[in-house]
Amino acid sequence: MIYDAIVIGGGAVGCAAARELSRYDLRIALCEKGEDVCVGTSKANSAIVHAGFDAVPGTKKARFNVAGSRMMESLSRELDFPYRRNGAMVLCFDEKDLPHLEELLDRGQQNGVEGLRIVRGEELHQLEPALSPAAAAALYAPTSAIVCPFGMTIALAENAAQNGVEFFMDSPVSEIRRRDGLYELTAGDKVLQTRTVVNAAGVYSDVLHNMVCESKLSIMPRSGEYCLLDKKDGHLVERTVFQLPGKFGKGVLVTPTVHGNLLIGPTAVDREDKDATNTTADGLAYAIRMAGLSVPNLPMRDTITSFCGLRAHLEGESDDFIIGESADGFFDAVGIESPGLSSAPAIGLHLAQCIAQKLDATEKLTFIATRRDIPHLRELPFEDRQALVRDNPAYGSIICRCEQISEGEIVDAIHRLPGARSLDGVKRRVRAGMGRCQGGFCSPKVMEILSRELGIPQTELTKSGGSSKLLVGYTKEVQA
Amino acid sequence: MKQVQLAIIGGGPAGLAAAIAAREKGVEDILIIERDKELGGILNQCIHAGFGLHTFGQELTGPEYAQRFIDRVEEMHIPYLLRTMVLDLSGDRVLTVTGPETGLIQIQAQAVILAMGCRERPRGALNIPGYRPAGIYSAGTAQRLVNIEGFMPGKNVVILGSGDIGLIMARRMTLEGAKVHAVAEVLPYSGGLKRNIVQCLEDFDIPLYLSTTVVDIHGRERLEAVTLAQVDETRKPIPGTERRIPCDTLLLSVGLLPENELSSAAGVHLSTVTGGPEVTDRLATSIPGVFACGNVLHVHDLVDFVSQEARKAGENAALYLAGARAGSRSVALEGKNGVRYTVPQSIDPENMDDTVTVRFRVAQPYRDAALCAYADGTLLRRIPKRILTPGEMEQFPLRKAELPEGCQTITFTVEEVAK
Repeated sequence: MIYDAIVIGGGAVGCAAARELSRYDLRIALCEKGEDVCVGTSKANSAIVHAGFDAVPGTKKARFNVAGSRMMESLSRELDFPYRRNGAMVLCFDEKDLPHLEELLDRGQQNGVEGLRIVRGEELHQLEPALSPAAAAALYAPTSAIVCPFGMTIALAENAAQNGVEFFMDSPVSEIRRRDGLYELTAGDKVLQTRTVVNAAGVYSDVLHNMVCESKLSIMPRSGEYCLLDKKDGHLVERTVFQLPGKFGKGVLVTPTVHGNLLIGPTAVDREDKDATNTTADGLAYAIRMAGLSVPNLPMRDTITSFCGLRAHLEGESDDFIIGESADGFFDAVGIESPGLSSAPAIGLHLAQCIAQKLDATEKLTFIATRRDIPHLRELPFEDRQALVRDNPAYGSIICRCEQISEGEIVDAIHRLPGARSLDGVKRRVRAGMGRCQGGFCSPKVMEILSRELGIPQTELTKSGGSSKLLVGYTKEVQA
Repeated sequence: MKQVQLAIIGGGPAGLAAAIAAREKGVEDILIIERDKELGGILNQCIHAGFGLHTFGQELTGPEYAQRFIDRVEEMHIPYLLRTMVLDLSGDRVLTVTGPETGLIQIQAQAVILAMGCRERPRGALNIPGYRPAGIYSAGTAQRLVNIEGFMPGKNVVILGSGDIGLIMARRMTLEGAKVHAVAEVLPYSGGLKRNIVQCLEDFDIPLYLSTTVVDIHGRERLEAVTLAQVDETRKPIPGTERRIPCDTLLLSVGLLPENELSSAAGVHLSTVTGGPEVTDRLATSIPGVFACGNVLHVHDLVDFVSQEARKAGENAALYLAGARAGSRSVALEGKNGVRYTVPQSIDPENMDDTVTVRFRVAQPYRDAALCAYADGTLLRRIPKRILTPGEMEQFPLRKAELPEGCQTITFTVEEVAK
């Protein structure tokens, strides 16, 4: 069997490409090295849809950011994932830095970002009362937004699956060969043949690129450490608050999340190891200190978790995205660091169009453009929620008390395609374990449901696939 | 809308004792709402002995202790709902409830007793650096897995925090065949009961490292090791003291937090020290008709005291339903000089019982000290104590007869005895 396109990587870009490709009459597969989609860079980032003022005009980063940002709201309605246009501020603390803000404003306008303006003094502090008194002025970007990165990536994946894309999890692509005008991929225990490839492998996209292309690339993972605070602090700021950007990125931000938590971070430190997603004492301390410059007296005692993501930073003279056909039928999305999440829908669309053109594909009439999310009962009006519970009592049985997630939602998460197979898979889909007790109460119950619904013993369940087993056995049979 | 005289949120030791007391005082229409599949709360997973010495003069296991109250609830035909969760409580005592029997409904209660208990502080609250592999559990979660579900979370264990659940789990894991390599406590003293240090650690040769914490977590998928380091007086790790301990499990016993999201949503005024509602000697919160008891009010060390406190809450809810209201005056209670807080935070001098038990914890360990109560600066009474420790709750009986006329504030302090 020969595929028309294989997407490598189940992150935001890969899933967006797969979903856009699934509009066409093509045979498509997606290979993901992890046990689930959205387990790499896409799951650990600032969750911001950037307005697009930061990227240098004329770059792919600028183009895809602005395009992606414009697509995002309608996409969020089509695919039913959480998105909110909350606006952003880039602070400067010294009148002397005003020219830098103006430069950003100018850049943004060149990139086609709407509504940008500089706010100062009283207006700034009226808009965001929690800001440091030292904040002198800010670039205000009303089109900046926040999104659920899991929600978005999983929505894209589910919609792709609805439209016939096959998902192969636990399938790291270790080899790509050119044979008879096709690509032959070794992906885990499978060998797959395809006419075209989309390389959306995040921090590993250089490795995949180098398997096929003459020109060699190198991705240096750039870590970003974050702290997530309790929902009671989510209203501290309304907008995403940046500081003037530095060499390593957009600096440390303070932002509400779409779910109502407060997020601070990221740091920006290069790491040799492509899987080094560990937080560090220094990194967390730095993030907290820098965030405190924007918003003083942050209630850090309300931290519920901290995490680290890795950006796929391209080394060399240009760190612009590499997007396009790098070898015959081999399409790259390499170096997708910030604003990667914002750009993902536009990158996916572009690559799908390129491939469709190359393969002379036609759009299929059966394409399903919309996908409904698992019902989030907590957010529903009382009567709607009551009706759902009446129809399916499992929606009335609360498993995760902090986020008020019902058994019905968890069962749904397991039976969607691609569905949750691990504790983290459930957590990313329905937020069970995402709340203030971080799974303390609900983990054993979610494990029981996973075991029952998947038909596997609890002792085989994992936190996040691979060897991340949750239990070592039954009582009375352990020998240390 | 369904109506009920008294709704009790939580069917653990606090909720059960409150229900029984309220019924004994004549409240007919009571509903206990419990989110788990059985009554008894966290006692069900506390299968070790040591409960009930004060109440029954016997050392019972947690389930046995709970059963005595459950039996009484059954005998009295007090209605309860299981697997049923209160999603919201409004300021006018409307409960939004969901469960398999009820579906999603609202209940109007004339009085409410908050008895939701507490939860464990998670890893995230400590910002421990490192990876986030499988094998990191709060001690209570591990206790549930082992004692109720019958699973072993790991074989080689390190425990961070010397709270009572951590100490109990050190012994439990050892008895189940695991090796507990260390218990690390960031403070220079343990937060657990002395008897648990002796019976759970010393009796099993499990080392307790004080002024020590976890500074790194290794292992990308399953936990492989933790790095421990000593800390200075400001709890900052001391460079050069790090050592790596291979393990597959890290249990956290780093504090309990009263679970007051519902109270908060209803507008109940919470204490920033206890994390629980501020209450009068009637255990009445800032919202009329809403009472609180047990670990939702402040974290207890012994369940016997939870039961005592909950009885009071039940009796007072009954009095409220019979028309009793607070008097016009209020005397504030406060803790100073080593007394972190008091429960209750105020008393009603006109209607108070002859003796009100004031409960609190001290901020640090003391030897040969005294607990003192002052009424507007005048010493009321002084109770000498050979040992005071933050791990053990103190009780100070405040007598109505002692209170001076017109007293405004009663202050509780620790005073060290000069040698």
